[in-house]
Amino acid sequence: MSRLVPHPLLSLLLFLLWGVFTSFTPGQMLLGAAIALVAGRAVATVEPEPLRFRRPDLFVKLFFIVGIDIIRSNRDVVRLILSGGRHGERVSGFVPIPLTIRSEGALAGLAVIITATPGTTWVEYDSRTGVLLLHVFDLRETDDWATLVQTRYQPLLAGVFE
Amino acid sequence: MSALPLWAALPVALLVVLGATLAVLGTWGLAVLPRFYERLHPPALASSWGTGAIVLAVIIATSAGEGRLAIEAIVVGVFVIVTTPVTMMVLTRAALQRDRAEGADVPPAAKADSVQSGSADPL
Amino acid sequence: MSLILTAALIYGQVALAVAALLALWRLLKGPRAQDRVLALDTFYVCIMLQLLVTGLRLGNPHFLVAALIIALMSFVSSVAAARFLLRGEVIE
Repeated sequence: MSRLVPHPLLSLLLFLLWGVFTSFTPGQMLLGAAIALVAGRAVATVEPEPLRFRRPDLFVKLFFIVGIDIIRSNRDVVRLILSGGRHGERVSGFVPIPLTIRSEGALAGLAVIITATPGTTWVEYDSRTGVLLLHVFDLRETDDWATLVQTRYQPLLAGVFE
Repeated sequence: MSALPLWAALPVALLVVLGATLAVLGTWGLAVLPRFYERLHPPALASSWGTGAIVLAVIIATSAGEGRLAIEAIVVGVFVIVTTPVTMMVLTRAALQRDRAEGADVPPAAKADSVQSGSADPL
Repeated sequence: MSLILTAALIYGQVALAVAALLALWRLLKGPRAQDRVLALDTFYVCIMLQLLVTGLRLGNPHFLVAALIIALMSFVSSVAAARFLLRGEVIE
């Protein structure tokens, strides 16, 4: 299994992509499956470790949590832009956050979440100390960004990717 | 596009208006905010739900127009979601490095991670 | 009903054109190179959304492929430009 399909997730996604862009007829599905398998083998020559992806149920939960969070921060940032930054009282700044997740998949997932959320930007991650530096658009004392990331996203990401 | 039924036309219209408005607000923030690190944030409006809303509108309109589940447009959305973090990470690293080299008011680099050490670069 | 949809699509086209002009303004004004790279990336996103909305308005599915190509170009060019700022060279 692992020798024949070294990157099962990648191959599955390529197969689905081929079907979406052509059609799910037997001929195209056969061609798509062949391409997905060959591409998976080709990727294995440069990236031998496949992405660990366990617990799709947690991934779905994370997806919806993040989607709603992004809607909320969209609203906040729009309000800030329209009100001229709470009439000049908005302060932005850098926030260091110590992380416990270490795997590339989980960190990449966190990068997608942080970047896709308006109001927070991924600045720097130190792989030796595990400290992530964020830049936050609206730094209020009532918001604890470190605890938010550590308790809201980190356990789910660790569950899905580690 | 005038052949769309009411149940499809209304959400498509709302989503297009929402997405385009978010894009304008995002670029407005990009144009007026005073500092670079603040300007990093508003474009995320355009690339998160701005793109999401318009991609959803395209999916609904194509599906209703062709009478099948046409989800090709989701590839555009996924591509934007996956590539934006990479662009932003490289860009903020570059900005931070340039600001540190000039001694601007940014957090200092971690110990032993001098500007020249290319091995610590995760990208 | 199609009137509302047409109005929404025209609004979308105009709004995204304004958005692209705002990004272009930041691209020309700078002041620093990282501002210009960020503005270029945002400009590309606006153009990509413009293509999607135009495709909806004309009912032409091929605009989707054009939008995908623009997204691809945006990624490659922005990363290359940011990489240049980071190292001073793109190819090393």
